[in-house]
Amino acid sequence: MQFYQIISEIIFWLLVLITMGGGFLAIGARMLIHSLLGLSITFLGVAGLYIYLGSLFISLLQVLIYGGAICIVLVFGIMVGYTPRQIVETRIKSENLLLAVPTCGLGVALLYIAIRRTGWVPAAQRLADYSIERVGHTLLYDFCLGFELISLLLLVGMIGAIIVSNSQEEESGGE
Amino acid sequence: MGSESLNTYLLVAVFLLVAGIYGMVQKRSFIGMLISIELILNGAGLNVMALNRFLAPDPAVGQVLTLFIMGIAATEAAIGVSFILAVYKKFRTIDPSRIFTMKR
Repeated sequence: MQFYQIISEIIFWLLVLITMGGGFLAIGARMLIHSLLGLSITFLGVAGLYIYLGSLFISLLQVLIYGGAICIVLVFGIMVGYTPRQIVETRIKSENLLLAVPTCGLGVALLYIAIRRTGWVPAAQRLADYSIERVGHTLLYDFCLGFELISLLLLVGMIGAIIVSNSQEEESGGE
Repeated sequence: MGSESLNTYLLVAVFLLVAGIYGMVQKRSFIGMLISIELILNGAGLNVMALNRFLAPDPAVGQVLTLFIMGIAATEAAIGVSFILAVYKKFRTIDPSRIFTMKR
């Protein structure tokens, strides 16, 4: 194994560690803002894994959309919606925790066994073209309907968000 | 196991999925549940990209599907936060189990 391969493997396992640690922080933290910090760390780790999966483009979009837009929207929701006393989560009951953690561990174990026992067969002929030109061509020619539906979904989502947050204000305007 | 093995990526995606489900059951606030949903969607995207890298005949298809997942996640976060703000304005609480109108 070459030297650069060893460095690459070390960085890969660091990224896996970052992803899993961020996930643990996201579900385990009591303060909501810490939980959000864990989520953004997970986003960055997954973005690094996307580079190892051969697509720098998707990795940059992951940082841009998830790490930028979605995290900002969630921070905004926490800042506007909650008073400081309400931000702290209540603890889960310990008997529920005793049930929940083994159930989740069993889920991971069963899915891992299923993954290990499956014989993954690669396609007979595989293209090796990861370029952005090819992605754009596929997006706008082969998946044109899906592209238009996503744009329609985003439009409806934006209008719906504006309407929902405005109409509630009018109804409870007397408070 | 390593960066050239499909199982590693799938296992990380399984972890993200199970962590998201656990968080959705355990969290006592709407924003916490939204955070867990984002974890699940990230796991789905990682799965699609890993299968795309190792098995699929055309590597562009998986990237396009991941872009679709990102678009849906962005819409879902925007709608979710606006709903949360509306519900908070009306009920003044973040605990989903304390929001009821018909029982009163």
